[in-house]
Amino acid sequence: MAKGVKPRVKVPKTAAAGDVITIKTLISHKMESGNRKDSDGNKIPRSIINRFTCDFNGENVIDITMEPAISTNPFFEFKAKVPESGEFKFTWYDDDGSVYEASKEIAVS
Amino acid sequence: MKITMTLLAASALALSAGASLADGHERIEIDGVELILAAPAPDYVEHLDKVMSGWLFRSAETQALELDDFDNPAFVFIDKGIDLFNEVDGSEGKSCASCHEDVAEFAGLRASMPRVVDGKVQTMEDIVNDMRVNYMGAEPWKWSGGEMTSVVGLISLQSRGMPVDVKIDGDAAPFWERGKELYYTRVGQLDMACANCHEDNFGKMIRADRLSQGQINGFPTYRLKNAKLNSIHGRFKGCMKNIRAKPFKEGSEEFRALELYLASRGAGLSVESPSVRN
Repeated sequence: MAKGVKPRVKVPKTAAAGDVITIKTLISHKMESGNRKDSDGNKIPRSIINRFTCDFNGENVIDITMEPAISTNPFFEFKAKVPESGEFKFTWYDDDGSVYEASKEIAVS
Repeated sequence: MKITMTLLAASALALSAGASLADGHERIEIDGVELILAAPAPDYVEHLDKVMSGWLFRSAETQALELDDFDNPAFVFIDKGIDLFNEVDGSEGKSCASCHEDVAEFAGLRASMPRVVDGKVQTMEDIVNDMRVNYMGAEPWKWSGGEMTSVVGLISLQSRGMPVDVKIDGDAAPFWERGKELYYTRVGQLDMACANCHEDNFGKMIRADRLSQGQINGFPTYRLKNAKLNSIHGRFKGCMKNIRAKPFKEGSEEFRALELYLASRGAGLSVESPSVRN
């Protein structure tokens, strides 16, 4: 597991049914592209988060494939329509097989 | 966490940045805390009418990053700082939190730093390392290392919104004078002093960047150019390299004195840590 990986998520706590809400996510990750060399001239192996998904009550909201050109600490902001109360689940997949997860509840009235 | 964003007088003015800014205080609000980013200059700052935070010199996009704690990339490091604050380290089996239950007890500390203790200028980094070595039995952290800037950032954040107010008389006077001397002394191949850029020419472009007044009220600061929190002394080194001078060492007597002097030049501005700059 890459060092110092920490997901951060911002979801409104409450919303009205059918509202379109804004979700912001950020994960700290060095996103090593695999194209850089260290001070001895050796290639630094690629180590990035290659996929990010968000699900709401088991239904997929967004599924993103990430490539090496994405810079450090990837940040995503997107919108989702919330028909009912439930839980957003966020999942990040690392090149090394690690999976980082976060979730946030939202109450819909 | 409820985050409100209110841009008062500052926004429109900030776009035109620089010496043309109108007089008076410019204010922003972050997470419900009001920050003063421009204030009448203290008497001892002879060549400025008002002191202005570096925020006012940045582009609208960079400014916006700082206005929301989620958008502010520095908070990745503040989160790490919280983990480090609670992490047991050293021979005594203690963490920072073992003695300091709530980091909020440090509210106000950053606003009064650096200060003179026992005939020496004491900085935030000194306090952290003193605790680590003498109370935790742990290895001291590097001055500008990731751990140090994260924890200093976390402690500084507790003082956000409080006015910078460092003591410059009494014990501190000789150090302050030394800092002032350094500020106005030309050094390096380009033969420039701090004042040549940050006092004589702030608000103008230096290549693709706009010169600020070089205030340190927002440190440690997240810089877009290196995507990490930067210490005050680390920034001094960068400045000195730019003028092709041989930088003093981080933690040196010179940088301590300069830090004290610069902090005093920002008297009346709010602590803005962790700020976002380019």
